[in-house]
Amino acid sequence: MIYFDNVSKHYTDNSVALHEVTLSVAPGEFVSIVGHSGAGKTTLLKLLLAEEQPTQGAVYFHSTDIHQLRRAHLTKYRRRIGTVFQDFRLLPNRTTYENIAFAMEAAGRLDDEINADVPHVLDLVDLGDKMWNFPHELSGGERQRVGIARAIVNQPDVIIADEPTGNLDPINTYEIVQILKKINDLGTTVVLTTHNKGVIDSLGKRVITMDSGRIVRDDATGRYVL
Amino acid sequence: MTRQADTFYNTVLKSMILAFKRIIKTGFVNFWRNGFVSTSSVVVMSITLFVIGSLIFVNEMLDSSLNLLKDKVDINAYFTIDAPEESILAVQSTLEQLDEVEKVTYISREEAEVRFRERHKDKEIEIQALNELGTNPLLASLSIKAKDPSYYERINNFLQSDESTVSKDGVPIVAKVNFNDNKTAIEKLQKVIKGIETFGLAVSIVLIVVSIVIVFNTIRMTIYISREEISVMRLVGASDAYIRGPFVFAGIMTGLISATITLVAFYPLAIWLGPGTQEFFGDFNLFVYYTQNFGKMFLIIMSSGAFLGALSSFLAVKKYLRI
Repeated sequence: MIYFDNVSKHYTDNSVALHEVTLSVAPGEFVSIVGHSGAGKTTLLKLLLAEEQPTQGAVYFHSTDIHQLRRAHLTKYRRRIGTVFQDFRLLPNRTTYENIAFAMEAAGRLDDEINADVPHVLDLVDLGDKMWNFPHELSGGERQRVGIARAIVNQPDVIIADEPTGNLDPINTYEIVQILKKINDLGTTVVLTTHNKGVIDSLGKRVITMDSGRIVRDDATGRYVL
Repeated sequence: MTRQADTFYNTVLKSMILAFKRIIKTGFVNFWRNGFVSTSSVVVMSITLFVIGSLIFVNEMLDSSLNLLKDKVDINAYFTIDAPEESILAVQSTLEQLDEVEKVTYISREEAEVRFRERHKDKEIEIQALNELGTNPLLASLSIKAKDPSYYERINNFLQSDESTVSKDGVPIVAKVNFNDNKTAIEKLQKVIKGIETFGLAVSIVLIVVSIVIVFNTIRMTIYISREEISVMRLVGASDAYIRGPFVFAGIMTGLISATITLVAFYPLAIWLGPGTQEFFGDFNLFVYYTQNFGKMFLIIMSSGAFLGALSSFLAVKKYLRI
């Protein structure tokens, strides 16, 4: 489903973010990517979202080279991927409801669908009672649940979560991981990056370990080894 | 097949209307919720539109006072004492047919005397001298006004050379044209007029460019605040047009609100300055001008505001759409 073919990314001549990475992710997998800061985890995700262009190699999504897509197609491609960020990246001037509705509006969904799906997805992340609050009125854990609700509302093929628990306390971290697991159980592929040993060990799923832009381990039911 | 095509176009049309509706709504909501930033954009934009409007007023004032000055310039052709009236009238009608001439007024010898007496009614010596002469020594004349001061030289040449200004026996009936007396004054006035017009244009252009740059930067700042938002929109798969739409709409709203403020602000200002301008510029009253030309001003200010707001927003968002 996702295939990195010998991908390198150099930011300037001296800094190599990724070095000849080859990697594939099957549909329905839950893949965790671990590594120190600067190991290349975020670059890997940015390449998958086509936020960055690879210096060498290609990234395929269902056999499409995503960096060859034209802008209009890129927009459609991104709707098939749900993204969760460490810093949540909610629209500050919009309520919980509107933040999620926005992702559906952008995808051109009808008002009826939006009215039906937004409350449903908010119930799924247990935020039904915070529908009309603005992001600054929510706790970190609640904001991240809004972020996840936004990511899944368009029923994407893949959820990309870039250190989603990085800013959260252990209890909220546990809740977020449980939600991601639930999403994966329902059939959506999840790609997660994290620093958190506890998260990895509790998941018991595939773990890819990165160091200095290279993949150094790829374990089918891995633990956090660094 | 046709039915399929129809359904297809219907769907496309529906989704376009839906997107348009959402863009308007989002633009409006963003404008409202970013209250402080929107207000500062409106203030800056109002000042810009105020400058543009004031420049139009100043231009009109200059125009009207220059016209007043131009109006005061004319030349007079004096005819010999024995020139028959019909010959003078013939010259008048020939002059009136010239493209350069705006108006020719005939002043007969009798009328010249009446005017002389009127002008010197307090000066006994002049009146006495006239009375003692017994006959009227004043000459008939044609007072000629050209469409532009630069035409006087040509009119003067015409008076000196045209055959209608020569009597049947070949004697010129034009005794004197006072063009040379007025020549330096006319030339100086022309230079002044040209100078004022060029200077006014240059100042207007500079002021307008400066205000546009300030508006552009203010709006760019409001959009800079939203740069994170724009990148999030891109990443959840919103199209460029869908992201840009609300910003452009908010820009147009800023422009229209500012234009309304400016138009309203001009009203008391025009009342206040009206009498002063009337006194200073003669036949120009700011208040009368504003009320009579309100339609024109409304169109110029409103469309400048909407255009400036839309263009600034469009260009400013472009910068953050690269992802």
